[in-house]
Amino acid sequence: MGKLLSIEHLNVDFAMRTETLRAVDNVSLAVHRGERLGLVGESGAGKSVLGFSIINLISKPGYIDSGRVVFQGQDISTYNDEQMRTIRGNRISMIFQDPMMTLNPVLTIGAQMKETLLAHASISDAEATAICLEKLRKVYISSPGKRLTQFPHEFSGGMRQRIVIAISLLTNPALIIADEPTTALDVTIQAEIMDLLLELCESDRMGLLLITHDLAVVSQVTQRIAVMYAGTIVELGPTGDIINRPQHPYTRGLLGALPQKAGDSRRLNQIPGVMPGLAKIPPGCPFNDRCNMAGDICHEKRPPLIVKQSGNQVACHMVD
Amino acid sequence: MRTRWQRIKDSAFLYHFLRDPVAYVSFAILMVLTISAFAAPLIAPHNPYDPTTIDIMDAELPPAWTDEGSRTFVLGTDEMGRDMLSTMLYGMRISIIIGLGAVFLQAFLGIVIGLLSGYIRRLDNILMRIADVQLSFSTYMIAIFIGAIFQTAFGVANYEKIAAPLLILIIGLAEWPQYARTVRASVLAERKKEYVEAARVIGLSKLRIMGRHILPNTLSPVLVISTVQVANAIMSEAALSFLGLGMPLTKPSLGSLITAGFEYIFSGSWWITILPGILLVLLILVINLLGDWVRDYLNPKLYKG
Amino acid sequence: MTAINANTSPDGSDVLVSIRDLVKHFDISGSWIEQLKLQDGRLQRKKTVVQAVNGISIDIREGETVSVVGESGCGKSTLARTVMGLYPPESGAVFYREKRIDHLSEAQLKPYRTRMQMVFQDPYASLNPRMVVGETLREPIRFHQPAIGSRELKTKVATVMEQVGIDPDWQNRYPHEFSGGQRQRISIARALAVDPKFIVADEPIAALDVSIQAQILNLMMDLQEQRNLTYLFISHDLSVVEHISDRVAVMYLGALCELASAENLFASPRHPYTQALLSAIPRLGRPFSHKKLSGDIPSPIRLPSGCVFHTRCPYVRERCRQEVPTLISLPDNSRVACHGVEEKWVPN
Ligand SMILES: Nc1ncnc2c1ncn2[C@@H]1O[C@H](COP(=O)(O)OP(=O)(O)OP(=O)(O)O)[C@@H](O)[C@H]1O
Ligand SMILES: Nc1ncnc2c1ncn2[C@@H]1O[C@H](COP(=O)(O)OP(=O)(O)OP(=O)(O)O)[C@@H](O)[C@H]1O
Ligand code: SF4
Ligand SMILES: [Mg+2]
Ligand SMILES: [Mg+2]
Repeated sequence: MGKLLSIEHLNVDFAMRTETLRAVDNVSLAVHRGERLGLVGESGAGKSVLGFSIINLISKPGYIDSGRVVFQGQDISTYNDEQMRTIRGNRISMIFQDPMMTLNPVLTIGAQMKETLLAHASISDAEATAICLEKLRKVYISSPGKRLTQFPHEFSGGMRQRIVIAISLLTNPALIIADEPTTALDVTIQAEIMDLLLELCESDRMGLLLITHDLAVVSQVTQRIAVMYAGTIVELGPTGDIINRPQHPYTRGLLGALPQKAGDSRRLNQIPGVMPGLAKIPPGCPFNDRCNMAGDICHEKRPPLIVKQSGNQVACHMVD
Repeated sequence: MRTRWQRIKDSAFLYHFLRDPVAYVSFAILMVLTISAFAAPLIAPHNPYDPTTIDIMDAELPPAWTDEGSRTFVLGTDEMGRDMLSTMLYGMRISIIIGLGAVFLQAFLGIVIGLLSGYIRRLDNILMRIADVQLSFSTYMIAIFIGAIFQTAFGVANYEKIAAPLLILIIGLAEWPQYARTVRASVLAERKKEYVEAARVIGLSKLRIMGRHILPNTLSPVLVISTVQVANAIMSEAALSFLGLGMPLTKPSLGSLITAGFEYIFSGSWWITILPGILLVLLILVINLLGDWVRDYLNPKLYKG
Repeated sequence: MTAINANTSPDGSDVLVSIRDLVKHFDISGSWIEQLKLQDGRLQRKKTVVQAVNGISIDIREGETVSVVGESGCGKSTLARTVMGLYPPESGAVFYREKRIDHLSEAQLKPYRTRMQMVFQDPYASLNPRMVVGETLREPIRFHQPAIGSRELKTKVATVMEQVGIDPDWQNRYPHEFSGGQRQRISIARALAVDPKFIVADEPIAALDVSIQAQILNLMMDLQEQRNLTYLFISHDLSVVEHISDRVAVMYLGALCELASAENLFASPRHPYTQALLSAIPRLGRPFSHKKLSGDIPSPIRLPSGCVFHTRCPYVRERCRQEVPTLISLPDNSRVACHGVEEKWVPN
């Protein structure tokens, strides 16, 4: 499998008024052609910032400090806006938590879909309509012809998200970045959307970077999982290995805290403390103040993300 | 435990304030103007209210830097021979007092009515309709109306004594709906928040929830409109004085000074009207600039820009 | 099945809170001008009513945890708030220890306010941002015990803060100085400050991170043991519900579909909706196998006739479209409102 996207030693900083904060710290990550990769971590871990930085969409005080983002063999981190437009929304599509971030409330979805299409390809109106209908059918929207004339508010949350997916499919992208696409939806709808994403990725051999905080969801959809904590990747490996044999104390803690893992005891296993804010990340291993295995070295040296005995890449001094 | 002073020193408010020249320059000017206005009895070279110190022979002297100017009257004298600088300082004091007083009255009425109307839904319709009716009368109509009643009731001579409180009352009554609407809008937003429901679950009375929980959270928009409203109130007072409905000439505000001097502008005594005019514009300008800054600061979406 | 009468008090003596046929509608039609509609060539006044909760009955026994689950908008929060007296119900009743409390005035309710408390979903909205947390905790105690001495008040606040794991030295801090998990602890402390017996928790962990969720759930379970608390726990996280509840109520469009012990419900869901809901829970490392439901949730403004679930139910038959199913008791004490279960055409 060739590399579709490869992020190399990426650092993303936010220039705040008194100091510069590092939100993504030396992250290296690859998505192979047709691969589904899950990026999990708690709120503020830097998942969205990492996702946005791939397509150079980080908001104002943030900027890519160093590192490369190589997509289909080209370093796109240095692209200007003009060049980026040939990639963003075209070769790489993005799906957000709130479908209304993508949809314009005052335009019919037909108008919005065609606009996207015509921005990236020179085709006739009839051809564009045909493609729109095809994509809507693909996401199981019933009577797509009628739907094209409707406005976003006429759809339920789950249908809106499916329409957003249809829009993201219009240009036959090679990679979809989905940032918490189902967090705002109910479990029954979430299951439908995830099913759909899975099916589409398999049938079209699309790459998927699925960003979420829900371990159970990624475990059902992705082939590999990257666990993020305080701006760094702490563990990376095949889904089955991460779920069944987590190595990093944080991954273990996260999985152990799930009610399914509590066994017969009523108490859940909890990780003490909270994830530090960007300004308060301790020196050494960022997890050291919550870790039950931490030794002296953990407070001194940042552990590198390296392959350990289990085969997973783990950033922990205490894992062999 | 950090002290209050440290908190203020570290606050984002001070940080942004000190980095915006418009903000601190406006603030400095406003402070100088306000302090000199209230310190007028101490710092003014003459007392314009004391007829014994005024000599009609000094009338219409131009400012000191012109050829005919006199050292004793730095900014010249007006048509009655009063020192312009002193009269303007005293006048500004009256303008500011009326402005602040009117805004306090507006804010008091508006906050009470806005809170009631936002939190007690039964009252909402009636109170907001009253506000609409109130807004459909202009300040000047109310002023003419009330002014006429009081002038006939108390006689023109006594009118002088009650002019300042009367103007506060008129401007205060005319503009409270601004506050009521602002407060009502934020009460409607706040009352849905869970901390208000938590207070209800504790069993607190409506009055207490409104006063202790909702009110403090509606004050930032009130602060924002207050600055603008002070400027507006001062302008209203000046406009009323200009129409002869404001402060009498014996106790002039900036507005009545401008009016009085207006007659002499064609006879060459421009300073009698221009100088108070400049002061008024400066005062209004710095208040508005400061108000804009506060609004931007409290509205981070705009501020990030 | 015995008919539930809103005017009889619950008979089971260990029942702490009893919800009887509770109905709550919201009139969203606005002012009367907005209600005017042109219909059949005539101007008519029409009200738009959201039927948020339609006849729900649950008996909650002392010391147990009853969870309410269901999709967004099905009326969980409305049920919770109506039980707490924040909304007046259209009909039906709420009993606290055999005393009917739903029609009491605010003054008459005051003693029950110390017995029943609530914890809210959004840790960022549920604390007054302009009040230091110490004051947030002192206020309810002072309100209900005006005679309390200042020293006693102080120790009481310090005790609840310690109980929920917040350093009592932080009393003078404002909510924005705390993390989401800490704020939720403070919210819990505020509820505990008046020594309640019954706590309604409306999605108390939904806004928190996974690693913090476990902390809050453990705290709630510890407190339940220490103080013999009774919980009405609302959540859409079914794996959490499975873990902490004694009994689970499943709601759909304002109606109760199924009420059963957590064990029974998760082992053998009976109602077709419960079956679909449970199959949709993402399970660690297990491939998808959810029962697809066709169609979207109908609007609570125009409820479907008969069984509210019939528009999406895979087992729907003619009777479902005509007749509203009532809760029937099954041999294992589960209660289900479904014609298909009653007539055994729905497999389990
Ligand atoms: N515009 C910004 N200005 C300053 N800091 C920012 C900005 N955007 C993000 N951050 C910081 O970057 C860090 C990572 O944020 P990010 O949004 O990537 O988190 P996340 O993992 O996506 O969390 P969530 O699950 O809440 O979406 C956070 O600590 C956040 O405070
Ligand atoms: N104050 C209100 N005024 C009008 N309609 C309301 C009000 N509160 C709730 N509703 C409506 O009642 C229905 C039930 O809402 P409720 O908040 O109880 O759902 P929920 O089950 O708590 O959903 P969620 O999981 O999203 O919190 C919804 O259709 C909602 O729009
Ligand atoms: S009553 Fe009929 S429609 Fe309703 S859930 Fe049962 S089978 Fe389905
Ligand atoms: Mg995010
Ligand atoms: Mg709710």
